[in-house]
Amino acid sequence: MTTQLTDTVTPQPPPTATRAQAASGPAAGDDGRPAPGSPVIVLEDVHKHYPMGDQVVRALAGVTLEVRRAQFWAIMGPSGSGKSTMLNLLGCLDRPTSGRYVLNGHDVSDMTDDQLSEIRLRELGFIFQSFNLIPQLTVQENIELPLYYQGWSAAASRERAQQTAERVGLGDRLGHRPAELSGGQQQRVAVARALASDPQVLLADEPTGNLDTATGQRMMQLLSDLNTQGKTIILVTHEAEIARWAHGQIHMRDGKIERIEGNG
Amino acid sequence: MALIKIIRDVRLGAKTLLLHKLRSLLTMLGVVFGVASVIAMLAVGEGASREALDRIRMLGSTNIMLESVKPTDTPDDRGQRTRVLDYGLRYEDERRIREHLDHVQRTAPVKEVRRSAWLGERNKELRVVGTTWAWFELVPRPIIAGRILGERDMDRTSNVVVLTEHGARRLLATEQSIGSRIRIVDGYYEVIGIVQNEEASGETQIPDSRVDAYIPLPVARERFTDFDVRITAGSIERERGELHRIIVQVDDEDNVETTAAAIQRMLELNHPNGDFTVQVPLQLLRQREEQQRIWNWTLASVAGISLLVGGIGIMNIMLASVTERTREIGVRRAIGAKKRQIVSQFLIETLLLAGIGGLVGIAVGPLLADRIESLSGIPTIVPTWAIALSVGISMTVGVVFGLYPAARAANLDPIVALRHE
Repeated sequence: MTTQLTDTVTPQPPPTATRAQAASGPAAGDDGRPAPGSPVIVLEDVHKHYPMGDQVVRALAGVTLEVRRAQFWAIMGPSGSGKSTMLNLLGCLDRPTSGRYVLNGHDVSDMTDDQLSEIRLRELGFIFQSFNLIPQLTVQENIELPLYYQGWSAAASRERAQQTAERVGLGDRLGHRPAELSGGQQQRVAVARALASDPQVLLADEPTGNLDTATGQRMMQLLSDLNTQGKTIILVTHEAEIARWAHGQIHMRDGKIERIEGNG
Repeated sequence: MALIKIIRDVRLGAKTLLLHKLRSLLTMLGVVFGVASVIAMLAVGEGASREALDRIRMLGSTNIMLESVKPTDTPDDRGQRTRVLDYGLRYEDERRIREHLDHVQRTAPVKEVRRSAWLGERNKELRVVGTTWAWFELVPRPIIAGRILGERDMDRTSNVVVLTEHGARRLLATEQSIGSRIRIVDGYYEVIGIVQNEEASGETQIPDSRVDAYIPLPVARERFTDFDVRITAGSIERERGELHRIIVQVDDEDNVETTAAAIQRMLELNHPNGDFTVQVPLQLLRQREEQQRIWNWTLASVAGISLLVGGIGIMNIMLASVTERTREIGVRRAIGAKKRQIVSQFLIETLLLAGIGGLVGIAVGPLLADRIESLSGIPTIVPTWAIALSVGISMTVGVVFGLYPAARAANLDPIVALRHE
């Protein structure tokens, strides 16, 4: 099951002049969070161009960013600002047209489709706006999905799924189908699924978009707790209120990082 | 470990298919009927060919059949229908074949006449064959009662007769009739035995299918002479013919064809008008086998078309399923499923549909063949290889028609698939 992920990991620090100062803050320890560690995500002058008819859309036009372990960032911006493209790239669903992307030591920029799959499987957890649970599978089986693709044994996978479900407060719902759960519960299942194989990075795309305010608040509290426990979280949202849960906000416009608030 | 994984994958596939029970069932039906009809058609073909070949084998695969043929009328003959037509195989031909050809083991000369016969008050026209004891070696049939002609009967004073089952029925003779006398025209013959005979079937000419009684050839020659008078539709035909048929037995199947050719050449010398035919059952057998093989495949191909339709049905449903589950595919890919894992997921589902359909078809096929047999009387035989073939075909159908939808699923762009509503 181990695909080779031994791509060149050259921790060349990007030129400081053009670099977003994401990781420049002090190793804040005064709010009780664990000290941010080594860089988990490194983007260096990343461009993404799409052909559209005979035009070329420059969805990302030179993004440089560094995210360290256990940081919590919100990416914000109007539609068309490039935040979705950014999330797709960060999620290894797409490759940059030019530039470099190193995720947890693996240079993703030129990986094959299979290698990208493997990286997503080992290093990333996705949380979507519309939950995206697989309707014919039970809660248990949904949570087990990444473990299944990692080739876990049935017993180990069952145990891990139960632990993870308890971690998000769903220990008693394992036998249900997604359709039998409320929106908030479904999103918790999705979080459990993202956590099951214990990846370092969680990517959340408008995770509260389909939830009412109170449920959304509880969901954000859950993410915040996970961050406190050491997960690196990148959240895409257009709601300022939600973005405030993160410790830093990256504002995007026209495929570029416009400004950065906070320090993740 | 790998097996456990496969079982898990199959269970998951089955679970997905069970979500749409009716749809899966209908999809499977296509394969069920396809496989069942392939099996049934092969069974019909196999039954028919087995029967035909058995019939031909009854003629003996080492035998050569020579027959007298009446020359076709030439325009000159039209005016003089009353002249004597002299044609056919001669006693001399039989002797030459027996004595001069290396591989010939035995010959059975045959003289056929139709004559009135009486057993007590019962009177019927019988088809009487004058032949030698060799006949019963070349056309072996179970003896029902008494004995058959032997070497000691080959004398023109041995007035004995062996009835066939059919002849016995016509004269109402039974086993008790052994030893009693029947009268044929003006001569009396002692019934010494009754033998079974094969009924005629299809286009295959079986030598004893139209025989009621056997008498020793020397007796037949003496009593009935070589002249025959037939009155047909207002005209009188006088014919002279010595033998109607000669059956030649060759020592080995390998020598049948060369011997037949030698006989043909030999006879042509003495019969320039071509008043004979040489038939080789072995050749007939080979021709029939070839014909039957083509016919069987034709039947199976027609049935195969329904299997093809079944396969297209599967493909159709799987394509619909891929479209319906685009989101799911996107999610699986985002989580980290590789393309080939998506392919195998969908392929397992099609293989399940095709495989289960195929198994049911294998169960239904022989029943269908039975039904055909009982309704139409056509004998059917389900050959084992037909079952193996059907399993192979249905799995192939699964793979062939599953691969495209599966590949289509795997090649979806996960970003696009995730956005799919």
